[in-house]
Amino acid sequence: MGLIEKFFALLEPQHWGVHPDDHKRPAADAPLRSLPLPERLYIPLQQHIGAAARPIVLVGQSVLKGQLLAEAQGATSAAIHASTSGTVAAIGDVTAPHPSGLPFAAITLAADGDDRWADTGTAVDPFALPPPEVARRVAAAGVVGLGGATFPSALKLGLGLKAEIHTLIINGGECEPYLSCDDRLMRDFATETVDGIRIMLHATGAKQALVGIEDNKPEAIAAMTAAAQGYSEIAIRPVPARYPMGSEKHLFSELTGTEVPADGRTTDLGALVHNVGTAWAVHEALRNNRPLVERIVTVNGGAVARPGNIRVPVGALVEDVLAFVGLREEPARLVMGGPMMGSLLPHRRVPVVKGSSGILALTAVEAAGFDPGPCIRCSSCVRACPVGLLPLEMSARIANGDLDGAVAFGLKDCIACGCCSFVCPSRIPLVHYFNHAKGELAAQGRAQLRNEAAKRLVAARAERLERDAREKAEVAARRKAERAAAKAAEAARSAAASSEATT
Amino acid sequence: MIAAILSLTLLGAVLGFGLGIAAKKFAVETDARVAEIAALMPGSNCGQCGFPGCAGAAAAIAEGSATVTVCPPGGKALAGALAAKLGISIDLSGVADAGPKIAAIAEEICIGCCRCVKECPTDAIVGAAKQIHAVMREACTGCGNCIDRCPTEAMKMEPVPVTLQHWVWPKPVVTEAEPSWA
Amino acid sequence: MSEYLILLVTTALVNNVVLVKFLGLCPFMGVSKSVDSALGMGMATTFVITLACGATWMLENWLLVPLGLGYLRILTFILVIAAVVQFVEMVVKKASPELYQALGIYLPLITTNCAVLGLALINVQEKSGFVKSLLYGFGSAVGFTLVLLIFAGLRERLALARVPASFAGAPISFVLAGLLSLAFMGFAGLNFK
Repeated sequence: MGLIEKFFALLEPQHWGVHPDDHKRPAADAPLRSLPLPERLYIPLQQHIGAAARPIVLVGQSVLKGQLLAEAQGATSAAIHASTSGTVAAIGDVTAPHPSGLPFAAITLAADGDDRWADTGTAVDPFALPPPEVARRVAAAGVVGLGGATFPSALKLGLGLKAEIHTLIINGGECEPYLSCDDRLMRDFATETVDGIRIMLHATGAKQALVGIEDNKPEAIAAMTAAAQGYSEIAIRPVPARYPMGSEKHLFSELTGTEVPADGRTTDLGALVHNVGTAWAVHEALRNNRPLVERIVTVNGGAVARPGNIRVPVGALVEDVLAFVGLREEPARLVMGGPMMGSLLPHRRVPVVKGSSGILALTAVEAAGFDPGPCIRCSSCVRACPVGLLPLEMSARIANGDLDGAVAFGLKDCIACGCCSFVCPSRIPLVHYFNHAKGELAAQGRAQLRNEAAKRLVAARAERLERDAREKAEVAARRKAERAAAKAAEAARSAAASSEATT
Repeated sequence: MIAAILSLTLLGAVLGFGLGIAAKKFAVETDARVAEIAALMPGSNCGQCGFPGCAGAAAAIAEGSATVTVCPPGGKALAGALAAKLGISIDLSGVADAGPKIAAIAEEICIGCCRCVKECPTDAIVGAAKQIHAVMREACTGCGNCIDRCPTEAMKMEPVPVTLQHWVWPKPVVTEAEPSWA
Repeated sequence: MSEYLILLVTTALVNNVVLVKFLGLCPFMGVSKSVDSALGMGMATTFVITLACGATWMLENWLLVPLGLGYLRILTFILVIAAVVQFVEMVVKKASPELYQALGIYLPLITTNCAVLGLALINVQEKSGFVKSLLYGFGSAVGFTLVLLIFAGLRERLALARVPASFAGAPISFVLAGLLSLAFMGFAGLNFK
């Protein structure tokens, strides 16, 4: 660290991140409610990072709650289970909870109203099971990271065994404004969550678990501390409320004091990060043999009449959830997830998925957009950027179509947290530029791969044509030789015959 | 007068001789970049660029008679890669990527003649005689060679459908109000 | 010794060939879009100018003056410069095809870069000795490269700025060149005494 950097570091010890108004209460304090079972559930086949699950049920088949609907396909994938009992009405496309409004495949389930659980076997003591078996059961329950990234949890647990993990970091940061589903989970299901953490410790072989909870959730901290009493390996650690504290690398460095290198992962430093929701899902999967078919969703925003946290079965439509909480006014904008990183919803008929942490119905005032002005080079974004990038330089290059220039400035390290856009006094849609550029780069990468694949195909075709020609020539040559031999034999025979005749 | 003529002649002769030797010494055999550029090209020799195959296009790009955006199947990605190779800067945002297209077969018209199958440079069309043919989307480069081969006009080029995995955030449109100086 | 050092600094900064004498503006505007090609152009021009200054000194003092052929000066100088440029072109084409492509037409156009002929003629005018001629050429060429690099760097930043439509492209570059020229005028106050 140079002298000048040291001086600035003294002035402001840690200047990354932003402090948006959290808007978490009163929704966080409202008691947990359950969504009345909707008539139809639209359960997407792709609710995780990786390959979509492969359906194993037929249209018209009746299924029970928790029954496997689609099995994991490929190394990175997750199983999908029925969120209620009923019949499979259709397997087809529904709109994805994604700003593009594009469709994706889903299983439509017509609920029979009984909500009857399938027989999922008897629960056993998870601590008596070998760690790989725990991971297998977590995979069978279709548990994915509930923090939003939806990475299949079993893979992460398996990784823990391979990478010699010594610390499990449990992310209860919930730094996004408006959201309080993890807060509510920790308050209401602290014992279950702590149990899930202990199972995860057993499954990964880690020695200790650090639970990071932002200090704007004192009730959750108290509940978790009480629940973790008696388990010395689990430490509840309040962390300062600051966005994006819930980012894996930032929570890790806050809790351990070690910074994760840009091109590395926390696993390289012996730590695995899981969300508190995932811990609860692991508890459900191992203790109750219940697959992940419902989750706690925060419904919040100025347009919501009774904001709060709701247990929602996976596949319920946003429309159903909004009807349950009631709307005070027509929302100007619907967001799934948090306001900083969530995705804009194209309309209300999109399903709640495993990764849906919140549904925000924002009023025109809350969602007010501003016309961007010119960059005044105030460097607010540089100060806010939690990964230490220069958003203003990157966005200027992207606006000019110079993607490589933006990559040279560290575009690949951008975590798309949106801090830069949040602080920009000129309201430049910085993170929008970065999302665009990352997508464009990915598309270029795909085109490159496609190009290479085409080249292989062309080579294979040329080889095939050549082989065909060669084989044809060989066959022709053989035929010719055979014909010649036959002719020679014929000639010999006739010669013999004629000589015989003459004698 | 004589001195002027002689000195200029001498000067010209000496410089010419020197340049002649230098030209021999620094002769560039075939342009080494042609092979490198050809390696970047798709290699399906589809002929959409108007040059005789990918090697022809590579030669044209190397000597500068074709732009780096000449290859439609390669699209923006290839244009960018070529520009980087040649050390030139191009504005790719202006390149109207008309959207990649791939071949599709109208199954009700296909008579199973196998002509398109033989034409396809990447073996992307599968089919046997008197059987309906099909295009394997992943393998099709969108060269369009098969279109003219079809006797029943069952082949057509269709834009590649946008899926969730391929969707890209559009570039932000800056609709900035003119600053009011008053 | 210090005389030569002062000569170098003076030619490179105080009497900068581009921004103070306004010679060689063609490549200054033409090849200043990226720092890489500007550096290549600067190096090629440096080589040409230094070599041309040496060659023209020999030509002047060993051929033209003894034979009284002063009226052939511009003709012969251009001949030598053109030959040197041709030589450079061959070398660049062989050594760096990328740079050759990037410089494009501006590489053979070094022949008509008035800075090259101008410096050779100034040397004759000043009746400099051989070493001084070489240093004069080299110092000026370094000044040319320096300014080309600075200007290319500025234009790379300029490409990111949003310029009013009527100023976009060449106009804003000329404004920038003018400002840079003003800045270099500031070296006129340097005092070596």
